[in-house]
Amino acid sequence: MELKEKLVSSFMAFENTIDIDSPVHDIRVDAIKNFEAEGFPTKKQEAWKYTSLNSVLKNDFSVFPKETGALDYKDVKQYFIHDIDSYKIIFIDGKYSSHLSATTHDGIDVCLMSAALNKPKYKLIIDNYFNKIATKDSLSSLNTAFSAEGAYIHIPKNKVVEKPIQIIHFSTGNEAALMLQPRNLIVVGENSHVQIIERHQSLTDNPTLTNSVTEIFANKRAIVDYYKIQNDKQSASLIDNTFINQKQESIAKVHTFSFGGKLTRNNLNFYQNGERIDSTMKGITIIGDKQHVDHNTLVHHIEPNCESHQDYKGIFDANSTGVFNGKVVVEKEAQKTNAFQANNNILVSDKATINTKPQLEIFADDVKCSHGCTIGQLDESAMFYLRSRGIPEKEARGLLMYAFSNNVLDSVAIPEIKSRITKLIAQKLGVNIGFDL
Amino acid sequence: MLKINNLHASVEDKAILKGINLEVKPGEVHAIMGPNGSGKSTLASVIAGKEEYEVEEGEIILNGEDIEELSAEERAHKGVFLSFQYPVEIPGVTVTNFMKTAINETRKAKGLEDMPANEMLKLIREKSELLEIDRKFLSRSLNEGFSGGEKKRNEIFQMAMLEPKLAILDETDSGLDIDALRIVANGVNKLKSKDNATIVITHYQRLLDYIVPDYVHVLYNGRIVKSGTKELAHELEAKGYDWIKEEIGA
Repeated sequence: MELKEKLVSSFMAFENTIDIDSPVHDIRVDAIKNFEAEGFPTKKQEAWKYTSLNSVLKNDFSVFPKETGALDYKDVKQYFIHDIDSYKIIFIDGKYSSHLSATTHDGIDVCLMSAALNKPKYKLIIDNYFNKIATKDSLSSLNTAFSAEGAYIHIPKNKVVEKPIQIIHFSTGNEAALMLQPRNLIVVGENSHVQIIERHQSLTDNPTLTNSVTEIFANKRAIVDYYKIQNDKQSASLIDNTFINQKQESIAKVHTFSFGGKLTRNNLNFYQNGERIDSTMKGITIIGDKQHVDHNTLVHHIEPNCESHQDYKGIFDANSTGVFNGKVVVEKEAQKTNAFQANNNILVSDKATINTKPQLEIFADDVKCSHGCTIGQLDESAMFYLRSRGIPEKEARGLLMYAFSNNVLDSVAIPEIKSRITKLIAQKLGVNIGFDL
Repeated sequence: MLKINNLHASVEDKAILKGINLEVKPGEVHAIMGPNGSGKSTLASVIAGKEEYEVEEGEIILNGEDIEELSAEERAHKGVFLSFQYPVEIPGVTVTNFMKTAINETRKAKGLEDMPANEMLKLIREKSELLEIDRKFLSRSLNEGFSGGEKKRNEIFQMAMLEPKLAILDETDSGLDIDALRIVANGVNKLKSKDNATIVITHYQRLLDYIVPDYVHVLYNGRIVKSGTKELAHELEAKGYDWIKEEIGA
């Protein structure tokens, strides 16, 4: 049976496990209808022109894992940012692991989507926020239909959350092939500040496909600082659908570090519903083998005096493929918009590919919008400079690629993440740069 | 130390060096002067091993070994150092970490362990004092946002750290004010010994007041057309290059 049919037919079984009287039920039913009508996206659609899901979808994914594996913290510690005190919402094969987690209800809610969807005390938030900004495309709809578990974070107004929140999804390979559909809802109140780190990590070579949806609401003057660390195994694929709704004077930053995985698609969408909003999205992609990373971004400038900053760097080796499709829409009312977009790429191998496509739709007449894409090889005079100092070719390449991608890390606010990513970059590029002196 | 015999080199099929002969002995300072486009920087790059230049004829012998087939890093490991006319900016890599990498890669090539951190720090302190370099400067990204003078001073700092046998200074005086010129020249002079040699490439005589050459060569149209002592440099300064062109019948 094809995956699509399997998913549609298992929706009924899924419904038996949940409360069909809840208001979310109607949303789920609409969503599965959407998915059934549209199916998985294909390369015939403009937004999927360079990314084919075919090789991933041919796996016979189990959509409801029967039982979940158990994990010891010491065995998976390396996937945590473990040198900081943090809240943790951890899932193993899609099920919450209380053992590995550290949640809280003390003034803020850092807990589970399943609780938020089922407990009456969260009903108002769910009514106001759940599925309000996720689009009705087939993959988001598919996630909505099966939405049951994930992270639920609610920060009331005027709270600076001191500790970052880590959301990690582990898959243990208990199933021959596993599909996961985490659903996250993050609501940040006025003047509040939160830092979140998200990671999906497979622990075996059994194929996994994660189709994740995250809705983030940044209310007035809220600051949301979000880090996505994508360094998964070659057997793991990820479709990340993230939607951020910003109110006036809020700041939202998303850094995406894509260093591994079979296929990664990031659909990252910012909607600016207020004035003087700042949206930042930055990314470093370093891949090789037959890996594929696709960044599909949207910034929707709806009101005046807002800014957006995009800076994506990519380094592609072997037979890897990168896609960058950055869309900026500036509505007629959104005067005095400043929108910047840069996508710079280095092709290390002759067989690597990058498809980059900026898409600007500007309807206002008093705006500053710039975009630039570059695709190149390493600067030969810089190579000669390094080699003339005794640094061998391979290390010199690594050093230059490190320098090329490095400025993206300037805006990383958590030093432990910065140092972790720095080390990951050095490791990916195969260089030993003396950072510690 | 260095012996260059009948060296011919080209870039993209354009002949630039057309039969260079040069011998530099340990302890000597040679100046290579010449008008723009005569091939001075090409000669420096060819000795240091820049790959885009094709050596078509001749040989470059360093301490008895033909280094023509060696890569730039291998030549560096054997003691060749080139101070660049236009040093490259490397954002995100500090001066200190760059030097640490360069020194340890050179040691690795010689089968040595990494230099212990305390020894490295001591060396950095010593050499940065020699070049009157501020400690803060060392934690800046390599050449990024450096003034012309800072870049050149940093080049000589690297030279001091790497202690080459053969140092080639390519237009090290360009972009330097008189104070920076004095500091750079002072650094070069202090690094001189009877075991190493220096080739100073310059368009003007000014630098040679501070780094006094034993020999001066005039490079013109890819050949050394005249050699002499430091007086030749004064003559060139006073009379320009035209008389040389006339003398060789160009």
